[in-house]
Amino acid sequence: MITVEHIHKSFGDKPVLKDVSYTFETGKTNLIIGESGSGKTVLMKSIVGLIVPDSGDIKYDGRLFSQMNGNEKRKLRYEMGMLFQGGALFDFMTVEDNVKFPLDMFTDRTEAEKRERVQFCLHRVNLTDAHKKMPSELSGGMIKRVAIARAISLNPRYLFCDEPNSGLDPRTAGLIDELIEEITAEYNITTIINTHDMNSVLKIGTTVAFIYKGNLWWQGDKKSILNTDNQELNDFVFAMELTKRLKK
Amino acid sequence: MKWLSEIGEYCLFLKSVFTRPIKWRIFFKRLVNEMQLIGIDSLLIIMVIATFTGAVAVIQTAFNIDTPWIPKSLIGFTARQALILEFCPTILSLILAGKVGSLIASEVGTMRVTEQIDAMDIMGINSASFLVLPKIVAALLFFPILIILSIGFALLGGYLVTVFTDLLTVAEYVDGLHLDFNPFSVGYSMIKTVVFAFLITSISGFHGYRIRGGALEVGQASTRAVVDSSIFIIIFNLILTQLLLS
Repeated sequence: MITVEHIHKSFGDKPVLKDVSYTFETGKTNLIIGESGSGKTVLMKSIVGLIVPDSGDIKYDGRLFSQMNGNEKRKLRYEMGMLFQGGALFDFMTVEDNVKFPLDMFTDRTEAEKRERVQFCLHRVNLTDAHKKMPSELSGGMIKRVAIARAISLNPRYLFCDEPNSGLDPRTAGLIDELIEEITAEYNITTIINTHDMNSVLKIGTTVAFIYKGNLWWQGDKKSILNTDNQELNDFVFAMELTKRLKK
Repeated sequence: MKWLSEIGEYCLFLKSVFTRPIKWRIFFKRLVNEMQLIGIDSLLIIMVIATFTGAVAVIQTAFNIDTPWIPKSLIGFTARQALILEFCPTILSLILAGKVGSLIASEVGTMRVTEQIDAMDIMGINSASFLVLPKIVAALLFFPILIILSIGFALLGGYLVTVFTDLLTVAEYVDGLHLDFNPFSVGYSMIKTVVFAFLITSISGFHGYRIRGGALEVGQASTRAVVDSSIFIIIFNLILTQLLLS
């Protein structure tokens, strides 16, 4: 479980996050949604420690991030996996080496054990014949799957996904969503997904937090989101022509 | 005051670069890769430029010492001194600043804009050290080898001039090369090379690492890396020459 309490963040004199408090639950796919520029990426980067908030607390299963020393923060990072919007695969490594990289850096396993783990992770994301390919030879969906395999290689407790479906066709996007949901339940991970893809919200949004102009504007789940009377959320959810027609 | 803030950022960057690697085995593997990229891949350009520079240095010296009062062996002596003390360490370091500096800045910068560096940071890896330290060490180890080779090829270029022209004989050239040789001049050249290697790799790594933006900024950072490295090479050349030869 990850808890954020009263998070504030400004860039210059422009406030980006205003007193955001929320709890992301374990074993669930927790979605953060909002318009571009609403502050959801800043919230996620604050949670993973890439941005330091101006005030507020972030707790990882009760462990206060701001009170951890360097060693504790490093250990916490070994428990994190992150899926970036573009995949962020290391382009000078093969698929196999990308997935093996965290194992090389942080474990003392033998080469055979590491290869076995790589094989398992790639098999788990349904990629069995891409070991020797370079990232530049992969499609968008394959890049995302390799990135997920790398993120789960160290059995993380926390998985962060920044716009996992961006740039993917609806079918592949659906497969990535299913994969993240399955892995979350299978390994009892606290998963936080940053998205503005309504398909994802309706498919895997076990909990949903709507960020609007830096505020936590609404919270609920994939069922309640369609019946809310929150005007800003409705404007966001039913902005697409398809959802508008469905509502009618 | 922007430059002062940049120097501060550069010092903080160096502090994070010079930390103990998490796994020495991976560090040495990366070091070998960087030696290939930074060193071995620069061999051809260094050989070609050094050979032609050496040849031109001998021709220029011969045309400017065109008097019967000065022995022709002094042409070889003058060319040797100019090549060892200045041309090879400084001019070739400027060439390497262009080749290696832009390579480092664009490689690290592309990793920054494609979030590969963020991915390392989230894993708990010191990305500055992981990416830039092997490059600095590879350059510190390999640039002196490149410059020693370049001195050899530059002198060979001068030798070819004596073979294919009648400006001076081979014997006069070789006499000049042996004349009053002080091994310290090679040591001086190596000291300068090591300092220049550090400047090129650290400044280029710094510019690549601090990029914010996209492809346009990667190009701008590469340009700045080459420009800043070249300026600092020239400044440190003056300082080192004054310190070591005065």
